[in-house]
Amino acid sequence: MHVAAPAMLEVRHVEKRFGGLTALSDVSLTVRRGEIYGLIGPNGAGKTTLFNVLTGLTTPDRGGFAFEGRELGGLKPHRVAEHGIARTFQNIRLFGNMTAIENVMVGRHARTRAGVVGAILRTRGAAEEEKAIRARARELLEYVGIARHANALSKNLAYGDQRRLEIARALATEPRLLALDEPAAGMNATETAELRRLLERIRADGMTILLIEHDVKLVMGLCDRVAVLDYGKKIAEGAPPDVQKNPAVIQAYLGGALP
Amino acid sequence: MRALIERLERLRRRPAAAWIGIAMAGAMLVLLPFALASVGTAWVRITNLAILFALLSLGLNIVVGFAGLLDLGYIAFYGVGAYCYALLASPHFGLHLPFWIILPIGAGVACVFGVLLGAPTLKLRGDYLAIVTLGFGEIVRIFLNNLSQPVNITNGPQGITLIDPFAIGGFSFSSSQTILGVSFSGPIKYYYFLLLVLVAVMVVNVRLQDSRLGRAWIAIREDEVAAQAMGINTRNVKLLAFAMGASFGGIAGGMFAAMQGFISPESFALVGSINVLAMVVLGGMGNVWGVVLGALLLSFVPEILRYTVEPVQKAAFGRTLIEPEVIRMLLFGFALVLMMLYRPAGLWPSTTRRREFAESE
Repeated sequence: MHVAAPAMLEVRHVEKRFGGLTALSDVSLTVRRGEIYGLIGPNGAGKTTLFNVLTGLTTPDRGGFAFEGRELGGLKPHRVAEHGIARTFQNIRLFGNMTAIENVMVGRHARTRAGVVGAILRTRGAAEEEKAIRARARELLEYVGIARHANALSKNLAYGDQRRLEIARALATEPRLLALDEPAAGMNATETAELRRLLERIRADGMTILLIEHDVKLVMGLCDRVAVLDYGKKIAEGAPPDVQKNPAVIQAYLGGALP
Repeated sequence: MRALIERLERLRRRPAAAWIGIAMAGAMLVLLPFALASVGTAWVRITNLAILFALLSLGLNIVVGFAGLLDLGYIAFYGVGAYCYALLASPHFGLHLPFWIILPIGAGVACVFGVLLGAPTLKLRGDYLAIVTLGFGEIVRIFLNNLSQPVNITNGPQGITLIDPFAIGGFSFSSSQTILGVSFSGPIKYYYFLLLVLVAVMVVNVRLQDSRLGRAWIAIREDEVAAQAMGINTRNVKLLAFAMGASFGGIAGGMFAAMQGFISPESFALVGSINVLAMVVLGGMGNVWGVVLGALLLSFVPEILRYTVEPVQKAAFGRTLIEPEVIRMLLFGFALVLMMLYRPAGLWPSTTRRREFAESE
């Protein structure tokens, strides 16, 4: 087990309601620097809603969160991205009619500056920045292993490659916390194994990862700690083996105890 | 059509051939107005209007083609630019500023109007945005129509007459002039000026497309939520698209006012917006060359028909069976249906394939 690293992300008492439905109720959790933190739970448990809160797409009704000591609750998504949280989406949201490399180049937006004048006059600064953007995007495509598809339209990529491209695009924003929403969904066993290697490599390179995943084997094998959400509440948290034995978790996944 | 485009694309990648091609095209464009003038000066004027519409289409292409914001009130910016020019260079207020001051002012004012339209519609997309922009276009036209009282600003439906032509010192764009033994008529001078502006605006468009900003616009068109999550400030970037598109419209409007010498609110009705949008869609949304092609086609074909439909019918049947105006609309509708069926992405769509080839070499 890891030595307790300092807290990187601190979620405090987040509550979110959609009309009469409580999607999140009093959820608190702490993600430490350098770990892979799993977020699991049955469908509709509020995992994606929590992701949306953490990336600024949804404003919580109550509570908030701090990232690296800064309060980011209620900020716009692009500001959150600038502060170093990047995400992928459960239902892949690539820019379909852009090529793979262009998708990653869009990810560099927050870290680059060229404006209208630079673009129109092709100033030296803008041209060099553009070159650097392209070079970095290519590196990232190689990093996730889809460099050979750099110039294919992203909508034409194979499903597994689209997932990888989303990760590359998220990495392009230079995040310190990478939030992955079901990256293995719809993948076969081989693809999942490859994904696992990729995630381990990303972690080895110093990234902190927040992971929503349904593939229990993947979660248990990969995550340092796991939190379980059920009906918007956190019902368990801890190391994967402990969580697996937790009666509340078994109840949530398998329903009530057999008579 | 496709074969021709592919040949052009191949030419573009060979530097020497490309330069020869550019030189030849340039020479043709320089000589074109004289060829047209020998047919009739009207054709030079028609060409000038076609270039104006190409400018408008390029401006709208930024908003619709790049950023994916369906704008049905675009002609309003054309009107704003035209009225700016007319009010600052006509006897109406007795002001006669030079054009190189007014054109930037017109672009600036149109830009402000662009932001005025963009700011309240940031959260709208698709049909809803189209309806609001359509309303905006009509509001501007109605304002122009009615701002003749209590204080007479726009002179109402009578419009503004005697607008100054472009002039630099004693060199006026309205009169004929003989330079080095060659006679340059007014429309021919405007032609060269318009051509320069068109080339400049095309360069601006192409450069924007391949820039950080262009990518941000396209990303917003593709998926706004993902674009936000990637760190794009969608509010600012969308407003910028509106503002830039509007300024191009404003510049085109100013040139229109100077060329025509007379403008009235009628010139800036809804059908104008629809026309420009049709040019963008027909040519190939998002591709600069396609958009220009669409604008030229939709400007020229109706004019050619206007001059040919009647004589052809007279020769074939001895009398005019169908009015030219009717046949124009018929053919136009027919062409649009064929387009939707066979080239839904436009005549010359933006080709990602082209880049694929270029990269693999």
